[in-house]
Amino acid sequence: MKEITLRVFRYRPEAEAEPTFQEYAVPLRDDWAVLDALNYVKEEIDPTLSYRWSCRMGICGSCGMTVNGDPKLSCGTFLVDHAPGPITVEPLRNFPVIRDLVIEMTDFMQKLGAVQPWIIRDESDDDPDTELLQTPSEMDDYKRYSMCINCMLCYSACPVYGLDSKFIGPAAIALAQRYNLDSRDEGQEERLDVLSEDEGVWGCTFVGECTRACPKGVDPAGAIQRAKLIAANEAVKAFLLPRWVR
Amino acid sequence: MTTDFWQRLHRQRVPLLWWTSRRTYLLFVVRELTSVAVVWFVVYLLLLVRSVGAGPGDYERFLDWSAQPWMVVLNALALALAIVHTITWFMVTPQAMVLKVRGRRVPGVALAGALYVAWFAVSAVILLLVLA
Ligand code: SF4
Ligand code: FES
Repeated sequence: MKEITLRVFRYRPEAEAEPTFQEYAVPLRDDWAVLDALNYVKEEIDPTLSYRWSCRMGICGSCGMTVNGDPKLSCGTFLVDHAPGPITVEPLRNFPVIRDLVIEMTDFMQKLGAVQPWIIRDESDDDPDTELLQTPSEMDDYKRYSMCINCMLCYSACPVYGLDSKFIGPAAIALAQRYNLDSRDEGQEERLDVLSEDEGVWGCTFVGECTRACPKGVDPAGAIQRAKLIAANEAVKAFLLPRWVR
Repeated sequence: MTTDFWQRLHRQRVPLLWWTSRRTYLLFVVRELTSVAVVWFVVYLLLLVRSVGAGPGDYERFLDWSAQPWMVVLNALALALAIVHTITWFMVTPQAMVLKVRGRRVPGVALAGALYVAWFAVSAVILLLVLA
């Protein structure tokens, strides 16, 4: 069986001050993704290698890594597409590294919570026995943003986030828009407080790399520009109109 | 922000020349830099308005100044950059603008097409005014 070399980023904080690279030869199988190769390494060659994964089918968003320089889901990136190799596997960029390919994601989790990614609604007038119906066109408004799997590839691709991690970032804004544009939601104003800050939508310079990196076709860059329009509109209204008209 | 647990994290740094590491980053930086040409045309227009306001003598001097070879080269270069700026922004506009007509999203090509039509129409009017 043909083989391919993986050049894997290693960082063992208890043993070494700086990261190193370690090479592993793995079978080059047509149906193997980078994640399968890492699992092979862990089971057959080196049980000390650390990385995150769960579903193996592009759903859970936990296996994001930098493969040959690009942010990728390692379960969806096939060895044969990078043959003859070597394939360099590094942790996602722009995040602190805990160990090997495992990054620290508290920052992202906190930002995600900050935009309140759930339906905010005053339900006191709703009849509990009636469904809140939505037309296909209303659903179209937010559907693509709802496909996000929180894989953080977009943060890894974003140079703005890399240079200043205070920027709230692509997926958080896309998810805010997922709810803002939902006809059942009434939380736009609350979310706007977070989004319209300097570190919110205005941090974005529209590089557009988040959209190219996203494995789910979410288009966070588009979501951010649309959120900018809303934020700008509201700012102009707040400036020109008295409160009771707005 | 990180967790409260003690960890010796490895910090990844963005290299100084990060914008050369990908073609798309480089294109972005070029697009941003071409805005300098747009600023130049604003300044140039203001200078023109000032000279017109100051009387015929000043206006003549402005025309002579503009006819110098280096000014012509500068303006030609600025025009090229401004065109690149416009086209690259038109390319990304459909992503930022969602227009719905009768519940359906207007396709990006149509949106960008409308922008080009408007651009050429305005340019044609200006050209007519100048030539007439
Ligand atoms: S927007 Fe796309 S790249 Fe970003 S976290 Fe969601 S699925 Fe991943
Ligand atoms: S393992 Fe779940 S997305 Fe890759």
